[in-house]
Amino acid sequence: MMAEGGGGGGEEKTLVEILEESIPIDLNKYVNYVRSPSAGAIATFEGTTRDTFEGRKVVELRYEAYVGMAERKLRSICGEARGRWEVEAVAAAHRVGTVGVGEASVFVAVAAVHRAEAMEACRFVIDEIKASVPIWKKEVYEDGEVWKENKEFFEGGGGGCCGKKERVEAHVSGG
Amino acid sequence: MADETHQVIDANGEAITTQAPTIRSKAKEPPVEVKVLFFARARDLTGLTDTSLKVPSGSTASYCLSKLFSEFPSLEEIRRSMILALNEEYAPETTVVKHKDELAIIPPISGG
Repeated sequence: MMAEGGGGGGEEKTLVEILEESIPIDLNKYVNYVRSPSAGAIATFEGTTRDTFEGRKVVELRYEAYVGMAERKLRSICGEARGRWEVEAVAAAHRVGTVGVGEASVFVAVAAVHRAEAMEACRFVIDEIKASVPIWKKEVYEDGEVWKENKEFFEGGGGGCCGKKERVEAHVSGG
Repeated sequence: MADETHQVIDANGEAITTQAPTIRSKAKEPPVEVKVLFFARARDLTGLTDTSLKVPSGSTASYCLSKLFSEFPSLEEIRRSMILALNEEYAPETTVVKHKDELAIIPPISGG
């Protein structure tokens, strides 16, 4: 799935994608998308999947998304980053489906005239993704599985609407 | 996740209640039909990706939820951690649902 363009006009260079194919994220595609002669900095963030969680061996990770809403939220986050920092282009991609250990599950690239804006905006985008984009990750272990919960979701960044979120018991099944 | 599991956060300090439906239209109006989506843990608990609900015109999302909890008691597990989205936007439970709305049960997210 792909959604290009900003709030209006063709000026805002924004690319957001929820990637449903089971292939590694093409990082260069997003870096090249934001690259421009007027930008002196490109900041990127690559989130990769780990092979252990608290001593348990992770066999694989499965992501799912509320795709339409996830794209919509991604776009609004990129728009908010533009409102806060002078950035030239933003790209954000997140995989769904099974992601192998060590592969990128999420990638953000931000181009700006100067590095401070690029880096701050890039951090903002990934932090907001963790807080409010409806994507879920299940860690599958050798002896069970668990739906993960981002702490950012509970810190009020999330829905920004209800303020009635409480962390509950880990939903461990199996082993 | 031993360090995270028992932490309880309620940002607004709100009591968690299920509101009765707010019926502001006449009783004769036809019921509205709402599509409900279940993701991640919510899907595991209900065994469904989606369902459909018929509620009186003027009902709130909160009322829809109370119907869902009686139909799927297992959802209780995420009652206090989930939030709602209505037509792809996060929405408070006080929102009045309309015919053909899409109501999504959003368990704690874990993207990234």
